[in-house]
Amino acid sequence: MKLQSRHLIGLEGVSADEISLILDTAVSFREIIERPIKKVPTLRGITVLNLFYEPSTRTKISFELAEKRLSADSITFTKAMSSVKKGETLKDTVRNIEAMKINMVVVRHGSSGVPYFLTQCMDSNIINAGDGSHEHPTQALLDMFTIRQKYGKLKGLRVVLIGDVKHSRVVRSNIWGLKTMGCSVAVCGPSTLQPYEVEKFGVDVYTDLDEALDGADVVNIMRIQLERQQSGFLATQREYTNLFGVTAERLKLLNKNYTVMHPGPMNRGVEITPEIADGKSSVILEQVTNGQAVRMAVLYLLSGKREDGE
Amino acid sequence: MKKQIYDLVIKDGRVIDPALGFGHVAHLFIKDGKIAKIENDNISSRKKIDSMPDENVIDAAGKIVMPGLIDMHVHLREPGREDEETIVSGCQAAAAGGFTTVCCMPNTDPAIDNQETVKFVLSRAELADARVYVVGAVSKMLKGEELSEIGDLVKAGAVAISDDGGYVQNPQLMRNALEYASMFNIPIISHAEDDFLCKDGVMNESFQSTRLGMKGRPAVGEVIAVLRDIKLCELVGGRLHIAHVSTAGAVEAIRLAKADCVDVTAEVCPQHFCLTDDMIGEKFDTNLRVNPPIRTKADIDAIIKGLVDGTIDCIASDHAPHAEEEKDVEFDQAPPGMIGLQTTVGLVKTYLIDKGYLSWADAIRKMTQNPARILNLPVGTLKVDSPADITIIDSDKKWTVKKNDFRSKSKNSPFVGWKLSGKVSHTILGGRVVYDGK
Repeated sequence: MKLQSRHLIGLEGVSADEISLILDTAVSFREIIERPIKKVPTLRGITVLNLFYEPSTRTKISFELAEKRLSADSITFTKAMSSVKKGETLKDTVRNIEAMKINMVVVRHGSSGVPYFLTQCMDSNIINAGDGSHEHPTQALLDMFTIRQKYGKLKGLRVVLIGDVKHSRVVRSNIWGLKTMGCSVAVCGPSTLQPYEVEKFGVDVYTDLDEALDGADVVNIMRIQLERQQSGFLATQREYTNLFGVTAERLKLLNKNYTVMHPGPMNRGVEITPEIADGKSSVILEQVTNGQAVRMAVLYLLSGKREDGE
Repeated sequence: MKKQIYDLVIKDGRVIDPALGFGHVAHLFIKDGKIAKIENDNISSRKKIDSMPDENVIDAAGKIVMPGLIDMHVHLREPGREDEETIVSGCQAAAAGGFTTVCCMPNTDPAIDNQETVKFVLSRAELADARVYVVGAVSKMLKGEELSEIGDLVKAGAVAISDDGGYVQNPQLMRNALEYASMFNIPIISHAEDDFLCKDGVMNESFQSTRLGMKGRPAVGEVIAVLRDIKLCELVGGRLHIAHVSTAGAVEAIRLAKADCVDVTAEVCPQHFCLTDDMIGEKFDTNLRVNPPIRTKADIDAIIKGLVDGTIDCIASDHAPHAEEEKDVEFDQAPPGMIGLQTTVGLVKTYLIDKGYLSWADAIRKMTQNPARILNLPVGTLKVDSPADITIIDSDKKWTVKKNDFRSKSKNSPFVGWKLSGKVSHTILGGRVVYDGK
């Protein structure tokens, strides 16, 4: 079993077998993270570029650590300290860096479609670490890993994604992945933050949080960006919290043995109360640890898919 | 030596001129840059042809001979972006695409909002391979704030006014423009998209924009803009022409307005009857980014219906050259627009005529007689004594769109690699062969 593509652009179109392969592979890397010496020689000689055009804390550090633990040589590029400010195009930037002989690129960018664009102008394997509002596949993979870790399965579970569905790449990747793995998926958020024809994803769509939570197993809470109120999508933070803030009281609607997730960064007291963020059903920090293992798995599996057939 | 009676003859072609109601095989004689006569095949006409030297005879047997086509919506980028297109290069592309007349939009730098710029464009066009008519700006610097000197623009030669590229957002200004322009009997060409609804949108709003996480430009943004302009036109008179109609809702709005006798006309572009928004996710090809955006199958069906029933008067290209380096970027960073002068005829043939929606006469009417009528141009017909602007099309010739064949300085076409039917074989401007298929 191998991955079909030598890139990870998104989870749309990725098969259940491939997702299972990544998650299974991540299990063994998860074990390495717990060792006293957290390093294996798997990617020795491979050079990875982390190309971050948008700010990121978790994802950037997670990829950097994953690369180091696999013994890859890695370098990180951030937009703030680069020639982008001097007017260099994205294509020129990446081709120049590739001329220094790199093998893989992890890319985060504000424009949807950039990871695909890079596959067209570079030879490296491309891993999407978030493009616009399009996809964030490794986040969805680590979310699925975390759910599977707890329940031993994905199939048949009911997962509710809450928040700014319209602008969230995490939601989109989760929808594709969870649906492929046989979960039942619902989205919930203000109708202004639900994208046009969202139901065509094959998800249940709610604007009433209580209805959405009723009978669900997993609740995955997205960060709400407070600047959305300036664009007229939201009235006030107060009203958002009243309508869509997840509280301990509301969690009673979920199935027993429920799970609370959040991809971070959290606005405590806005979309999630501190009480449940730190509560016993929260796996928010476990998600972060698992993220590293999942990214190690992705790097490892794609590195074996280089064009020279290595 | 025998005196030459005619300069050029196009023999044995199927001559179609909707303005004349003409549509059968005939010979077309040209003299002094004008149409001298159209004659059926008989002993006398044969004799005339036989007496002419070979180099003055174009054999159009099996081909269609029509009035030189008019593209009423192009961007020639001069002055300002001569790296993307010049009047001369744009007219070379027009000639190779079968267009003998183009109307250029005023969103140049500086904008065509004054007499001097109109005169500059017209002077550049004097020796070009197509006739250029100028569309002047509705507002000074296309800012949508104050009216430009429309009377002056018309005096200098402008045939219409438009703030194309953007909508005249202020309804009071649009009302004034319609009233003001009616003094000169010229139409206002409206790029109808509401800025508030479409702001920052890079593609049609649909499940495709949802799927790709891109900001959408909703169809209703066009429909509302069209309806507002129609209502203003109904109120104050004047002539309204809706550019590049892209939605089913706009087609319906225009149909109803025409039934109510509002003086509104409309055009569509090939991208809005050939391309759908689900193509964007395939390769994020920035050449598919255009305003208004490419829409859905349902919109295409409505546009075709509008073409068939006459709601849509014209077919234009909205030829919009952009430099390669500006298009070879992130999808949402690329400027909107695609070139179209050399692909329009093939797309019309392949997607409208071959599919049985339009006859050749219908299609030709929408690229000759109708735009000439709307803009009051002295071209678009083969009537005797008209300028000898003629397009000859090898109607069943199959060809592949190749980047290197574009004569435009820019190559931003999403149709590269497409296999089309119907190729321009000759383009003749004022009796001069400006394109001969080579």
